Amino acid sequence: MILAEHDGKKLNDVVFNAIGAAEIWGGSIDLLIIGKGIDELVNQASKIDSVDKIIKFDAPHLEHLLAEDAANIISEIGQDYRVILAPHTWFSRNILPRVAALLDVSMISDVLKINGDNTYIRSTYAGNVHATLKSDEPIQVLTVHSSKFKAVGLNGNALIVDSKAPEPLNLSRWEKERKIESDRPPLINAKVVISGGRSLGSAKKFNEVLAPLADKLEAAIGATRAAVDAGYAPNEIQVGQTGVVVAPELYIAIGVSGANQHIYGMKDSRVVVAINNDPDATIFQFADYGLVADLFEAVPEMATLVSKT
Amino acid sequence: MKILVAIKRVQDYNIKVQPKSDGSDVDMEGVKMGVNPFDENAIEEAIRLKEKGVASEIVGVSIGSSLNQDVLRQGLAMGVDKAILVETDKVLQPLAIAKLLKKVVEKEKPDLILLGKLALDSDAGQTGQMLAGLLNCSQGTFASSIEIKDSEVFITREIDGGTESIVTKLPVVLTADLRLNEPRFVKLPNLMMARKKSIETIKADDLGVDISSKLKTISVSEPPPRKEGIKVKDIKELLQKLNDIEGIKI
Repeated sequence: MILAEHDGKKLNDVVFNAIGAAEIWGGSIDLLIIGKGIDELVNQASKIDSVDKIIKFDAPHLEHLLAEDAANIISEIGQDYRVILAPHTWFSRNILPRVAALLDVSMISDVLKINGDNTYIRSTYAGNVHATLKSDEPIQVLTVHSSKFKAVGLNGNALIVDSKAPEPLNLSRWEKERKIESDRPPLINAKVVISGGRSLGSAKKFNEVLAPLADKLEAAIGATRAAVDAGYAPNEIQVGQTGVVVAPELYIAIGVSGANQHIYGMKDSRVVVAINNDPDATIFQFADYGLVADLFEAVPEMATLVSKT
Repeated sequence: MKILVAIKRVQDYNIKVQPKSDGSDVDMEGVKMGVNPFDENAIEEAIRLKEKGVASEIVGVSIGSSLNQDVLRQGLAMGVDKAILVETDKVLQPLAIAKLLKKVVEKEKPDLILLGKLALDSDAGQTGQMLAGLLNCSQGTFASSIEIKDSEVFITREIDGGTESIVTKLPVVLTADLRLNEPRFVKLPNLMMARKKSIETIKADDLGVDISSKLKTISVSEPPPRKEGIKVKDIKELLQKLNDIEGIKI
């Protein structure tokens, strides 16, 4: 069973990768979608490859899904499954450990590789160590590192099963949500990410230098913790262990020194470009392409030279 | 109101831990250890709640060998009132830790349980949610702000692409994000005083919890190395390389 996450209208793209990961077991795959007024979403989801059944829980109190209610549902129906899996996001990280405890099984977080015999590879010690684990639990509960698994397509035809939601537990209630308003793609699944560090010098320059390039590349903008702490950028766009972990096709680090905690947040990017005027900056050790240059000249030049609009 | 704070002893965040040459485990020989940074935020928040008059007592708990006394003393020096060590030499998975913590909760009966949102070593981020599940109580994870009004807990928490606000009942398990607060520095006299305080020690085996795990680490290794990067001389060369070598057409 795969726990799907969505915004009420559309599934999060990483769900497709999680389904790709689940294919490794070779069994039938059910997709669990919980929400309110999700008929349209469920219909779309029924076309996803490899999914046999969509299990739908649609009720007013499930609109803003609380961990307590979600875990209550999943642990109840989860007893009939061999694997309960989700993409490693804040959404599933909130819910699945609670599910695992209710089922009295261990959980494996942020799996990089799945081997057939319930053996997994995951990263520990801030990415400095890869551990191989074996789980003999009757139910495997795990989250997967989405970028390491292939996304499935949309040529399927799943059965939709409507389930009756249990009454709300009323342990918590939802108040409000604040999403960052932006015309740019969300940081978490952008194909191109441009991150700025403290070298940009001010909030004004941070935006002036990075925005034109980001516009041309249809990129999301990220920031280092140092840039956030200095007030150049909002916390929501912080990339790192204490912010968002990204893994885009192309990551461009601009004026970024390369602190441990930032590297943790971007090291899985496919191609890393670093532009910094300090030739000894740590970021160059993690960059596929490094350019030692004044960012205030190089970045506008890059924005002019890239042809994509 | 009583607060329980869980404190884990982990490697210093600046240290690059490496696997042993036989791949059996990580090499922790001589590695500088301390309080898990996210747990420091949890301790700090508990102390602030006490300073505001919301909380009356803070109990710190750590699980592990007798070496964990040092992180408990660090907590005492920050302002924790009482420290408990659940002693075991076994390597425990989050589920076992949550089961042991549940026993401590049943004994201490706190209204608020604070933990870090994840630990720097295992990077699993499971214990708080598991504990809340075992206790069948509310949870507020990845909290960047906590306020208590009329027996309700107002939490701002991290979600994908922003934050959300939730309100929970007591008792509640909360996990701290680094943004929650800036932990205070411990003054030397406080640390000296904390050395003199007693630590209540409970043997994990005496708590009657099955802490064996069906999840085992088979081996550890270094991550595959990143291929060495190249330096380009200007933007033109950069764009050309991205196009020719990486197939990124921009």
